[in-house]
Amino acid sequence: MQLPNLTIREIHQLLLTKKISSVELTQATLQRAHEIDPKINSYVTITDDLALEQARQADECLAKGENITPLTGIPFAMKDCISTRGVRTTCSSKILKDYVPQYNATVTNKLADAGAVLIGKTNMDEFGMGSSCENSAFFNTCNPWDLTCVPGGSSGGAAAAMSAGLCNFSIGEDTGGSVRMPAGFCNVTGIKPTYGRVSRYGLIALVSSFDCIGPMTRDAYDCATVLETIAGHDQYDSTTFNLPVPRYTKNIGKSVKGMTIGIPKEYFVSGMEAGVESSIQEAIRTYEKLGMVVREVSLPNTKYALPVYYLLLFAEASSNLARFDGTRFGLSVADNAKDVLDIYLQTRREGFGDEVKRRIMLGAYALSAGYYDAYYLKAQKVRTLLRRDFELALSAVDILLAPTCPTTAFKLGEKTSDPLEMYLSDIYVVATNPAGVPALSLPAGFSNNMPVGMQLIGKHLDEQSLFQIGHAYQQETDWHKKLPSI
Amino acid sequence: MTQTIDTNTVKHVATLVRLGITDEEAQKFSGQFSSIIEYFNMLNEVDTENIVPASDIANAENILREDVVKPSMSREEFLRNAPQAEGGYVKVPTILGEE
Repeated sequence: MQLPNLTIREIHQLLLTKKISSVELTQATLQRAHEIDPKINSYVTITDDLALEQARQADECLAKGENITPLTGIPFAMKDCISTRGVRTTCSSKILKDYVPQYNATVTNKLADAGAVLIGKTNMDEFGMGSSCENSAFFNTCNPWDLTCVPGGSSGGAAAAMSAGLCNFSIGEDTGGSVRMPAGFCNVTGIKPTYGRVSRYGLIALVSSFDCIGPMTRDAYDCATVLETIAGHDQYDSTTFNLPVPRYTKNIGKSVKGMTIGIPKEYFVSGMEAGVESSIQEAIRTYEKLGMVVREVSLPNTKYALPVYYLLLFAEASSNLARFDGTRFGLSVADNAKDVLDIYLQTRREGFGDEVKRRIMLGAYALSAGYYDAYYLKAQKVRTLLRRDFELALSAVDILLAPTCPTTAFKLGEKTSDPLEMYLSDIYVVATNPAGVPALSLPAGFSNNMPVGMQLIGKHLDEQSLFQIGHAYQQETDWHKKLPSI
Repeated sequence: MTQTIDTNTVKHVATLVRLGITDEEAQKFSGQFSSIIEYFNMLNEVDTENIVPASDIANAENILREDVVKPSMSREEFLRNAPQAEGGYVKVPTILGEE
């Protein structure tokens, strides 16, 4: 039985009917992770002992028939920027290499309360800054579909672990495509929920006004199940909505006939790989066959999304990363330090990689006297226009459909020498974060044997339509069931 | 508008973000920054007259609560991650100059 490839609900049935125990499943998953992960390096830390302890507890619940949730006993992986008490949380940075949090993120607590089993913490671009996982201070993660290619970023480890069957779902974090882009590159389903739907408490912040924690799974149904568990109001995060969490699986299976899809014309321009474009066109035809109405819409400020996104990211990151100063936690380089400033300068110089240095310096530049109006303030104004674009487009249709990336996964090392070239690979995913809207990435075919991702973008708080429409597609296609041979 | 960011500017912003950098690094970053900033200048094309800058994403409401003392992390636990601690405090070298 190929357990790693099963969906959460399939495993849930096996657990309920006692065909397998969570301990057996967890042991098999850990063994597979230890065996296969050296090829792809998706995990920074594998939490054997904790996993087995959580699995034993899950088996107790299953035996007693108490506190059983859809995630009870299910192995998962989590991006290493989400705090786990007693388990080191590195953000794939030298500055947090040995940092062991004293508290759990709200998401960590919710998953533990639901009985899920943490297999390990996954590799990422340092502090989420990157689109290929190559900015990890530790090692590169390889794409399970082609080990010479990147898995995408920044949640590259979480996507690769999911794709290679080293967990049954994973938790990523999306600041500007960091769940969707690697999900697309690795052939998994992933969602960036509406900003404020999932608590950021205990998430190590990159851009506080963009950051969204979101799951990666085998299919849209599982994605709805996991999001239902982690979403909700949190007294420790004042930006979370104080609204009940809907049952995200509720509309799954309902007909999508008569619902409308908008195709943003600005997303279908030169630069898109031919195989990506044909896959997306094929997906549109699939939806037409299901009776959905497809019409062209416009997001006129699309070309400004990338500069807006990066300017605001640099600015917020330069402020958020000020806390890594070598005095309270994390790396501290105090060689012959004559004052505290020396500790700051040395620690941050040693502890941060080049991309982090670039971004926090550019952030300080964009915020500094004389440039604030031209860069930071200008970007916040154009952000208002980006949000209006989405509001207007989504007032006429139920969802927007677009490719997740203009290309399939690129080669390791292909874009590392030119930061700007790397930024451009995010072109279709970044606009949603300044606007706050949710977006679901789904496997949509292959181009030159590498996975193609398609994203559905929805209205604020309308994840339900994304799951319904995403699931309808996955009933008609089996791209999401394709697995890499690894 | 072409705008170059010279090495002195790079060193200045490095100081602002408390980052030690060498001359060679400043040189390297200077070239990269100039091309990135030039790309950002595309925003100048956008007419933002009378456009209010975005300041929140979704929840524009104040959230208030009673200011009640609740149990939190113990001091000992908090200091577990501190590189240097003494007498229940985080310890650092001189903050204010002696001269």
